Amino acid sequence: MNADGGVVTDTVRWFNDPLNWQGPDGVWHLTAVHLWITFAAVLLAAVVSLPLGVWMGHRSRGGGIVVVIANLSRAVPTLALLTLFAVANLGFGNRPTILALAVFAVPPLLANAYIGVAEVDRDAKDAARGMGMSGMQVLRVVELPLAVPLIAAGLRTAVVQVCATASLAALVAGGGLGVLINLGFSQRRFEQVLAGGLLIALLCLVLEGLLALLQRAVTPEAFRRSSAS
Amino acid sequence: MHALAAADEPPNPWFSLQFARENTSAIMTALQEHVLLTVVAVLLACLVAFPLAVLAARRPRLAGPVLGISGVIYTIPSLALFAILAPFTGASKTTVLIGLVLYALLVLVRNTLVGLRAVPDEVRDAARGMGYGPRQMLWRVEVPVALPTIMVGVRVATVSTVALVTVGVIVGYGGLGQLLLAGFQNNFYRAEIMTATVLTVALALFLDLLLLLITRWLTPWTRRSAS
Repeated sequence: MNADGGVVTDTVRWFNDPLNWQGPDGVWHLTAVHLWITFAAVLLAAVVSLPLGVWMGHRSRGGGIVVVIANLSRAVPTLALLTLFAVANLGFGNRPTILALAVFAVPPLLANAYIGVAEVDRDAKDAARGMGMSGMQVLRVVELPLAVPLIAAGLRTAVVQVCATASLAALVAGGGLGVLINLGFSQRRFEQVLAGGLLIALLCLVLEGLLALLQRAVTPEAFRRSSAS
Repeated sequence: MHALAAADEPPNPWFSLQFARENTSAIMTALQEHVLLTVVAVLLACLVAFPLAVLAARRPRLAGPVLGISGVIYTIPSLALFAILAPFTGASKTTVLIGLVLYALLVLVRNTLVGLRAVPDEVRDAARGMGYGPRQMLWRVEVPVALPTIMVGVRVATVSTVALVTVGVIVGYGGLGQLLLAGFQNNFYRAEIMTATVLTVALALFLDLLLLLITRWLTPWTRRSAS
Protein backbone atom coordinates (compact mmCIF):
# COMPACT_ATOMS: atom_id res chain seq x y z
CA MET A 1 0.00 0.00 0.00
CA ASN A 2 1.18 3.52 -0.63
CA ALA A 3 0.54 5.41 2.58
CA ASP A 4 0.81 9.08 1.72
CA GLY A 5 -1.67 10.86 -0.50
CA GLY A 6 -2.86 7.69 -2.19
CA VAL A 7 -5.08 6.58 0.65
CA VAL A 8 -6.64 10.01 1.07
CA THR A 9 -7.42 10.24 -2.66
CA ASP A 10 -8.83 6.71 -2.60
CA THR A 11 -10.96 7.59 0.43
CA VAL A 12 -12.43 10.62 -1.31
CA ARG A 13 -13.25 8.36 -4.27
CA TRP A 14 -14.81 5.82 -1.87
CA PHE A 15 -17.10 8.49 -0.42
CA ASN A 16 -18.10 9.59 -3.94
CA ASP A 17 -19.07 6.10 -5.02
CA PRO A 18 -22.87 5.81 -4.66
CA LEU A 19 -22.53 2.02 -4.46
CA ASN A 20 -20.88 2.40 -1.04
CA TRP A 21 -23.93 4.20 0.31
CA GLN A 22 -26.68 1.84 -0.86
CA GLY A 23 -27.71 -1.68 -0.03
CA PRO A 24 -27.42 -3.79 3.12
CA ASP A 25 -23.67 -3.06 3.44
CA GLY A 26 -24.06 0.60 2.55
CA VAL A 27 -23.36 3.56 4.79
CA TRP A 28 -27.02 4.51 5.29
CA HIS A 29 -28.09 1.05 6.41
CA LEU A 30 -25.04 0.54 8.64
CA THR A 31 -25.62 3.94 10.27
CA ALA A 32 -29.24 3.01 10.94
CA VAL A 33 -28.16 -0.30 12.52
CA HIS A 34 -25.51 1.51 14.57
CA LEU A 35 -28.05 4.00 15.91
CA TRP A 36 -30.60 1.27 16.59
CA ILE A 37 -28.06 -0.78 18.58
CA THR A 38 -27.11 2.35 20.55
CA PHE A 39 -30.73 3.31 21.20
CA ALA A 40 -31.78 -0.19 22.27
CA ALA A 41 -28.80 -0.62 24.60
CA VAL A 42 -29.24 2.76 26.30
CA LEU A 43 -33.01 2.24 26.62
CA LEU A 44 -32.48 -1.17 28.19
CA ALA A 45 -29.90 0.22 30.63
CA ALA A 46 -32.08 3.24 31.45
CA VAL A 47 -35.15 1.12 32.22
CA VAL A 48 -33.12 -0.80 34.80
CA SER A 49 -30.79 1.80 36.26
CA LEU A 50 -32.78 5.06 36.35
CA PRO A 51 -35.55 3.86 38.71
CA LEU A 52 -32.95 2.03 40.80
CA GLY A 53 -30.66 5.08 41.01
CA VAL A 54 -33.53 7.45 41.82
CA TRP A 55 -34.86 5.12 44.50
CA MET A 56 -31.42 4.63 46.08
CA GLY A 57 -30.83 8.38 45.98
CA HIS A 58 -34.22 9.03 47.57
CA ARG A 59 -33.37 6.64 50.37
CA SER A 60 -29.74 7.90 50.44
CA ARG A 61 -28.57 4.31 50.49
CA GLY A 62 -26.23 2.18 48.41
CA GLY A 63 -23.76 4.90 47.44
CA GLY A 64 -20.87 2.51 48.04
CA ILE A 65 -22.26 -0.02 45.55
CA VAL A 66 -22.59 2.69 42.89
CA VAL A 67 -18.92 3.63 43.28
CA VAL A 68 -17.80 -0.01 43.10
CA ILE A 69 -19.85 -0.65 39.94
CA ALA A 70 -18.53 2.51 38.29
CA ASN A 71 -14.91 1.66 39.10
CA LEU A 72 -15.13 -1.98 38.12
CA SER A 73 -16.76 -1.17 34.77
CA ARG A 74 -13.64 0.80 33.83
CA ALA A 75 -11.42 -2.25 34.30
CA VAL A 76 -13.51 -4.71 32.27
CA PRO A 77 -12.48 -4.45 28.61
CA THR A 78 -15.44 -3.83 26.31
CA LEU A 79 -14.18 -6.29 23.76
CA ALA A 80 -14.01 -9.00 26.43
CA LEU A 81 -17.61 -8.42 27.48
CA LEU A 82 -18.79 -8.35 23.85
CA THR A 83 -16.98 -11.61 23.14
CA LEU A 84 -18.30 -13.25 26.31
CA PHE A 85 -21.89 -12.32 25.52
CA ALA A 86 -21.45 -13.41 21.92
CA VAL A 87 -20.39 -16.94 22.93
CA ALA A 88 -22.94 -17.27 25.76
CA ASN A 89 -25.78 -18.65 23.63
CA LEU A 90 -27.91 -15.52 23.88
CA GLY A 91 -29.34 -15.99 20.43
CA PHE A 92 -28.35 -14.60 17.06
CA GLY A 93 -27.86 -11.24 15.48
CA ASN A 94 -27.32 -8.11 17.49
CA ARG A 95 -28.97 -9.27 20.71
CA PRO A 96 -25.74 -10.19 22.58
CA THR A 97 -24.17 -6.92 21.43
CA ILE A 98 -27.08 -4.86 22.76
CA LEU A 99 -26.97 -6.68 26.11
CA ALA A 100 -23.20 -6.21 26.49
CA LEU A 101 -23.43 -2.52 25.59
CA ALA A 102 -26.32 -2.05 28.04
CA VAL A 103 -24.03 -3.30 30.81
CA PHE A 104 -21.59 -0.53 29.90
CA ALA A 105 -24.32 2.13 29.90
CA VAL A 106 -25.46 1.28 33.45
CA PRO A 107 -22.66 2.96 35.50
CA PRO A 108 -23.02 6.54 34.18
CA LEU A 109 -26.84 6.35 34.29
CA LEU A 110 -26.96 4.81 37.76
CA ALA A 111 -24.30 7.05 39.28
CA ASN A 112 -25.78 10.28 37.95
CA ALA A 113 -29.36 9.39 38.90
CA TYR A 114 -28.19 8.46 42.39
CA ILE A 115 -26.03 11.56 42.92
CA GLY A 116 -28.63 13.84 41.32
CA VAL A 117 -31.38 12.80 43.72
CA ALA A 118 -29.21 12.23 46.80
CA GLU A 119 -27.52 15.63 46.60
CA VAL A 120 -30.68 17.71 46.39
CA ASP A 121 -30.44 20.43 49.04
CA ARG A 122 -31.41 19.05 52.46
CA ASP A 123 -33.27 22.29 53.30
CA ALA A 124 -35.46 21.99 50.20
CA LYS A 125 -36.43 18.44 51.18
CA ASP A 126 -37.13 19.48 54.79
CA ALA A 127 -39.25 22.41 53.62
CA ALA A 128 -41.31 20.10 51.40
CA ARG A 129 -41.71 17.67 54.30
CA GLY A 130 -42.80 20.55 56.54
CA MET A 131 -45.48 21.48 54.04
CA GLY A 132 -46.95 18.05 54.64
CA MET A 133 -45.78 16.27 51.47
CA SER A 134 -45.44 12.49 51.50
CA GLY A 135 -42.21 10.75 50.49
CA MET A 136 -43.51 10.16 46.97
CA GLN A 137 -44.60 13.77 46.62
CA VAL A 138 -41.20 15.06 47.75
CA LEU A 139 -39.61 12.80 45.15
CA ARG A 140 -41.97 13.90 42.34
CA VAL A 141 -42.25 17.63 43.08
CA VAL A 142 -38.84 18.49 44.57
CA GLU A 143 -36.15 15.88 44.05
CA LEU A 144 -36.77 14.70 40.46
CA PRO A 145 -37.03 18.15 38.85
CA LEU A 146 -33.84 19.26 40.59
CA ALA A 147 -32.05 16.06 39.53
CA VAL A 148 -33.01 16.29 35.84
CA PRO A 149 -29.84 18.15 34.72
CA LEU A 150 -27.54 15.53 36.24
CA ILE A 151 -29.64 12.65 34.92
CA ALA A 152 -29.45 14.25 31.47
CA ALA A 153 -25.67 14.51 31.79
CA GLY A 154 -25.51 10.79 32.65
CA LEU A 155 -27.71 9.96 29.66
CA ARG A 156 -25.41 11.95 27.39
CA THR A 157 -22.31 10.14 28.67
CA ALA A 158 -24.05 6.78 28.26
CA VAL A 159 -25.26 7.44 24.70
CA VAL A 160 -21.89 8.71 23.45
CA GLN A 161 -20.03 5.89 25.18
CA VAL A 162 -22.34 3.22 23.76
CA CYS A 163 -22.29 4.73 20.26
CA ALA A 164 -18.49 4.70 20.37
CA THR A 165 -18.33 1.15 21.72
CA ALA A 166 -20.93 -0.17 19.26
CA SER A 167 -18.25 -0.03 16.56
CA LEU A 168 -16.53 -2.95 18.30
CA ALA A 169 -19.57 -5.13 17.65
CA ALA A 170 -18.27 -5.82 14.14
CA LEU A 171 -15.32 -7.73 15.63
CA VAL A 172 -17.75 -10.30 17.05
CA ALA A 173 -19.97 -10.60 13.98
CA GLY A 174 -22.36 -7.80 14.92
CA GLY A 175 -23.57 -4.96 12.71
CA GLY A 176 -23.11 -1.21 12.60
CA LEU A 177 -20.48 1.06 11.08
CA GLY A 178 -17.62 -1.00 12.55
CA VAL A 179 -18.35 -3.51 9.76
CA LEU A 180 -16.71 -1.13 7.27
CA ILE A 181 -13.47 -1.06 9.29
CA ASN A 182 -13.45 -4.80 9.94
CA LEU A 183 -14.08 -5.71 6.29
CA GLY A 184 -11.60 -3.10 5.15
CA PHE A 185 -8.85 -4.56 7.30
CA SER A 186 -9.49 -8.15 6.26
CA GLN A 187 -9.58 -7.21 2.55
CA ARG A 188 -6.67 -4.77 2.97
CA ARG A 189 -8.76 -1.95 1.50
CA PHE A 190 -7.38 0.87 3.59
CA GLU A 191 -9.48 3.58 1.95
CA GLN A 192 -12.54 1.83 3.38
CA VAL A 193 -10.86 1.50 6.80
CA LEU A 194 -10.21 5.24 6.81
CA ALA A 195 -13.73 6.03 5.57
CA GLY A 196 -15.27 3.85 8.30
CA GLY A 197 -13.14 5.48 10.97
CA LEU A 198 -14.10 8.96 9.83
CA LEU A 199 -17.81 8.08 9.64
CA ILE A 200 -17.88 6.63 13.17
CA ALA A 201 -15.94 9.57 14.60
CA LEU A 202 -18.30 11.99 12.86
CA LEU A 203 -21.41 10.17 14.11
CA CYS A 204 -20.16 10.23 17.70
CA LEU A 205 -19.20 13.91 17.55
CA VAL A 206 -22.59 14.87 16.05
CA LEU A 207 -24.42 12.84 18.69
CA GLU A 208 -22.29 14.42 21.43
CA GLY A 209 -23.10 17.92 20.11
CA LEU A 210 -26.85 17.29 19.86
CA LEU A 211 -27.02 15.81 23.36
CA ALA A 212 -24.96 18.69 24.78
CA LEU A 213 -27.61 21.06 23.41
CA LEU A 214 -30.37 18.90 24.92
CA GLN A 215 -28.62 18.81 28.29
CA ARG A 216 -28.29 22.60 28.19
CA ALA A 217 -31.97 22.96 27.38
CA VAL A 218 -33.12 20.94 30.41
CA THR A 219 -30.65 22.61 32.79
CA PRO A 220 -32.22 25.59 34.59
CA GLU A 221 -30.37 28.83 33.87
CA ALA A 222 -29.17 29.25 37.44
CA PHE A 223 -27.28 25.92 37.33
CA ARG A 224 -25.62 26.37 33.96
CA ARG A 225 -22.52 28.18 35.10
CA SER A 226 -21.69 25.75 37.91
CA SER A 227 -22.21 22.64 35.77
CA ALA A 228 -20.03 23.99 32.98
CA SER A 229 -16.90 24.15 35.08
CA MET B 1 -26.80 -41.68 18.33
CA HIS B 2 -25.52 -40.40 21.65
CA ALA B 3 -21.92 -40.82 20.60
CA LEU B 4 -22.62 -38.83 17.45
CA ALA B 5 -24.14 -35.95 19.37
CA ALA B 6 -21.16 -35.88 21.69
CA ALA B 7 -18.77 -35.79 18.75
CA ASP B 8 -20.71 -32.94 17.17
CA GLU B 9 -20.49 -30.83 20.29
CA PRO B 10 -17.15 -31.02 22.04
CA PRO B 11 -17.18 -29.86 25.66
CA ASN B 12 -16.90 -26.09 25.83
CA PRO B 13 -16.38 -25.13 29.47
CA TRP B 14 -16.10 -21.52 30.68
CA PHE B 15 -13.03 -22.35 32.74
CA SER B 16 -10.37 -24.90 31.88
CA LEU B 17 -7.13 -25.45 33.77
CA GLN B 18 -6.02 -27.80 31.05
CA PHE B 19 -6.21 -24.99 28.50
CA ALA B 20 -4.12 -22.73 30.73
CA ARG B 21 -1.51 -25.46 31.22
CA GLU B 22 -1.23 -26.38 27.56
CA ASN B 23 -1.03 -22.78 26.34
CA THR B 24 1.06 -21.20 29.07
CA SER B 25 3.68 -19.79 26.71
CA ALA B 26 1.11 -18.19 24.37
CA ILE B 27 -0.76 -16.68 27.32
CA MET B 28 2.44 -15.33 28.84
CA THR B 29 3.50 -13.77 25.52
CA ALA B 30 0.12 -12.03 25.19
CA LEU B 31 0.29 -10.86 28.81
CA GLN B 32 3.81 -9.48 28.33
CA GLU B 33 2.76 -7.59 25.21
CA HIS B 34 -0.24 -6.23 27.12
CA VAL B 35 1.86 -4.99 30.04
CA LEU B 36 4.50 -3.49 27.75
CA LEU B 37 1.94 -1.61 25.62
CA THR B 38 0.16 -0.31 28.73
CA VAL B 39 3.27 0.87 30.56
CA VAL B 40 4.89 2.52 27.52
CA ALA B 41 1.60 4.21 26.54
CA VAL B 42 0.94 5.62 30.03
CA LEU B 43 4.56 6.80 30.41
CA LEU B 44 4.51 8.54 27.01
CA ALA B 45 1.11 10.10 27.81
CA CYS B 46 2.50 11.42 31.12
CA LEU B 47 5.49 12.95 29.32
CA VAL B 48 3.15 14.76 26.90
CA ALA B 49 0.40 15.62 29.37
CA PHE B 50 2.54 17.16 32.12
CA PRO B 51 4.03 20.07 30.12
CA LEU B 52 0.62 20.67 28.51
CA ALA B 53 -1.05 20.91 31.93
CA VAL B 54 1.68 23.20 33.32
CA LEU B 55 1.33 25.42 30.27
CA ALA B 56 -2.47 25.51 30.66
CA ALA B 57 -2.13 26.32 34.36
CA ARG B 58 0.28 29.20 33.65
CA ARG B 59 -1.67 30.57 30.68
CA PRO B 60 -5.38 30.22 31.51
CA ARG B 61 -6.34 31.22 27.98
CA LEU B 62 -4.72 28.02 26.67
CA ALA B 63 -6.62 25.81 29.13
CA GLY B 64 -9.86 25.88 27.11
CA PRO B 65 -8.35 24.77 23.77
CA VAL B 66 -6.08 22.14 25.38
CA LEU B 67 -8.98 20.54 27.26
CA GLY B 68 -11.31 20.97 24.28
CA ILE B 69 -9.04 19.20 21.80
CA SER B 70 -8.26 16.30 24.10
CA GLY B 71 -12.00 16.07 24.87
CA VAL B 72 -12.84 15.72 21.17
CA ILE B 73 -10.20 12.99 20.77
CA TYR B 74 -11.75 11.20 23.75
CA THR B 75 -15.16 11.11 22.02
CA ILE B 76 -13.76 9.34 18.96
CA PRO B 77 -14.22 5.56 19.34
CA SER B 78 -11.03 3.54 19.78
CA LEU B 79 -11.72 1.36 16.75
CA ALA B 80 -12.29 4.45 14.59
CA LEU B 81 -9.07 6.04 15.86
CA PHE B 82 -7.03 2.94 15.02
CA ALA B 83 -8.75 2.85 11.64
CA ILE B 84 -7.93 6.48 10.91
CA LEU B 85 -4.28 6.00 11.94
CA ALA B 86 -3.65 2.62 10.32
CA PRO B 87 -3.52 3.70 6.64
CA PHE B 88 -0.75 6.18 7.52
CA THR B 89 1.30 4.38 10.16
CA GLY B 90 0.62 0.85 8.94
CA ALA B 91 -0.66 -2.13 10.93
CA SER B 92 2.03 -1.82 13.58
CA LYS B 93 2.66 -1.44 17.28
CA THR B 94 3.19 2.29 16.66
CA THR B 95 -0.43 2.67 15.56
CA VAL B 96 -1.70 1.04 18.74
CA LEU B 97 0.65 3.13 20.89
CA ILE B 98 -0.39 6.45 19.30
CA GLY B 99 -4.05 5.58 19.86
CA LEU B 100 -3.50 4.58 23.50
CA VAL B 101 -1.47 7.72 24.26
CA LEU B 102 -4.11 9.99 22.71
CA TYR B 103 -6.79 8.40 24.90
CA ALA B 104 -4.81 8.65 28.13
CA LEU B 105 -4.07 12.33 27.49
CA LEU B 106 -7.43 13.84 28.47
CA VAL B 107 -7.59 12.21 31.90
CA LEU B 108 -3.97 13.06 32.68
CA VAL B 109 -4.12 16.68 31.50
CA ARG B 110 -7.42 17.32 33.30
CA ASN B 111 -6.31 15.89 36.63
CA THR B 112 -2.89 17.55 36.55
CA LEU B 113 -4.52 20.89 35.73
CA VAL B 114 -7.09 20.52 38.53
CA GLY B 115 -4.31 19.59 40.95
CA LEU B 116 -2.08 22.52 39.99
CA ARG B 117 -5.00 24.98 40.17
CA ALA B 118 -5.94 23.79 43.66
CA VAL B 119 -2.61 24.87 45.17
CA PRO B 120 -3.59 27.56 47.72
CA ASP B 121 -2.39 31.09 46.96
CA GLU B 122 -0.97 31.44 50.50
CA VAL B 123 1.33 28.50 49.82
CA ARG B 124 2.52 30.13 46.59
CA ASP B 125 3.03 33.47 48.36
CA ALA B 126 5.02 31.85 51.14
CA ALA B 127 7.26 30.08 48.62
CA ARG B 128 7.73 33.31 46.68
CA GLY B 129 8.63 35.07 49.95
CA MET B 130 11.30 32.45 50.51
CA GLY B 131 12.82 33.44 47.18
CA TYR B 132 11.66 30.49 45.02
CA GLY B 133 11.84 31.04 41.28
CA PRO B 134 9.16 29.67 38.90
CA ARG B 135 11.01 26.39 38.39
CA GLN B 136 11.66 25.75 42.08
CA MET B 137 8.06 26.74 42.79
CA LEU B 138 6.82 24.11 40.32
CA TRP B 139 8.97 21.20 41.49
CA ARG B 140 9.21 21.88 45.23
CA VAL B 141 5.77 23.32 45.95
CA GLU B 142 3.14 22.94 43.23
CA VAL B 143 3.86 19.40 42.06
CA PRO B 144 4.09 17.90 45.58
CA VAL B 145 0.82 19.58 46.62
CA ALA B 146 -0.92 18.47 43.42
CA LEU B 147 0.57 14.96 43.46
CA PRO B 148 -2.43 13.11 44.98
CA THR B 149 -4.76 14.52 42.29
CA ILE B 150 -2.21 13.84 39.54
CA MET B 151 -1.82 10.23 40.69
CA VAL B 152 -5.59 9.68 40.62
CA GLY B 153 -5.42 10.68 36.95
CA VAL B 154 -2.53 8.26 36.33
CA ARG B 155 -4.51 5.43 37.95
CA VAL B 156 -7.64 6.08 35.88
CA ALA B 157 -5.55 6.38 32.70
CA THR B 158 -3.72 3.11 33.45
CA VAL B 159 -6.87 1.10 34.15
CA SER B 160 -8.64 2.32 31.02
CA THR B 161 -5.50 1.77 28.93
CA VAL B 162 -5.36 -1.88 30.05
CA ALA B 163 -8.94 -2.27 28.82
CA LEU B 164 -8.23 -0.43 25.56
CA VAL B 165 -5.16 -2.44 24.56
CA THR B 166 -7.48 -5.32 23.62
CA VAL B 167 -8.97 -3.23 20.79
CA GLY B 168 -5.49 -3.07 19.24
CA VAL B 169 -6.28 -6.59 17.98
CA ILE B 170 -7.72 -4.96 14.84
CA VAL B 171 -4.20 -3.94 13.74
CA GLY B 172 -2.66 -7.14 15.13
CA TYR B 173 -1.19 -5.95 18.44
CA GLY B 174 -3.84 -6.40 21.12
CA GLY B 175 -2.02 -8.28 23.88
CA LEU B 176 -4.65 -10.37 25.62
CA GLY B 177 -7.15 -9.12 23.02
CA GLN B 178 -5.47 -11.57 20.65
CA LEU B 179 -6.67 -14.45 22.85
CA LEU B 180 -10.19 -12.98 23.02
CA LEU B 181 -10.56 -12.85 19.27
CA ALA B 182 -8.76 -16.14 18.69
CA GLY B 183 -11.21 -17.82 21.07
CA PHE B 184 -14.14 -16.23 19.25
CA GLN B 185 -12.89 -17.29 15.83
CA ASN B 186 -11.78 -20.70 17.08
CA ASN B 187 -15.33 -22.07 17.20
CA PHE B 188 -16.32 -19.89 20.19
CA TYR B 189 -13.80 -21.48 22.53
CA ARG B 190 -14.99 -20.18 25.91
CA ALA B 191 -12.02 -21.12 28.11
CA GLU B 192 -9.66 -19.04 25.96
CA ILE B 193 -11.95 -15.98 26.09
CA MET B 194 -12.56 -16.33 29.81
CA THR B 195 -8.84 -16.71 30.58
CA ALA B 196 -8.06 -13.54 28.63
CA THR B 197 -10.89 -11.62 30.30
CA VAL B 198 -9.92 -12.63 33.82
CA LEU B 199 -6.26 -11.83 33.16
CA THR B 200 -7.10 -8.40 31.73
CA VAL B 201 -9.27 -7.43 34.70
CA ALA B 202 -6.68 -8.83 37.13
CA LEU B 203 -3.92 -6.86 35.41
CA ALA B 204 -5.98 -3.64 35.63
CA LEU B 205 -6.68 -4.16 39.34
CA PHE B 206 -3.05 -5.12 40.04
CA LEU B 207 -1.64 -2.00 38.34
CA ASP B 208 -4.23 0.16 40.12
CA LEU B 209 -3.16 -1.24 43.50
CA LEU B 210 0.52 -0.81 42.63
CA LEU B 211 -0.05 2.86 41.76
CA LEU B 212 -2.05 3.34 44.96
CA LEU B 213 0.91 2.05 46.97
CA ILE B 214 3.33 4.26 45.02
CA THR B 215 1.10 7.27 45.72
CA ARG B 216 1.12 6.54 49.46
CA TRP B 217 4.89 6.12 49.40
CA LEU B 218 5.37 9.39 47.49
CA THR B 219 3.03 11.43 49.70
CA PRO B 220 3.60 10.37 53.32
CA TRP B 221 2.15 13.66 54.59
CA THR B 222 -1.38 12.93 53.31
CA ARG B 223 -1.74 9.99 55.72
CA ARG B 224 -1.14 12.15 58.75
CA SER B 225 -3.81 14.68 57.81
CA ALA B 226 -6.31 11.99 56.88
CA SER B 227 -6.22 10.23 60.23
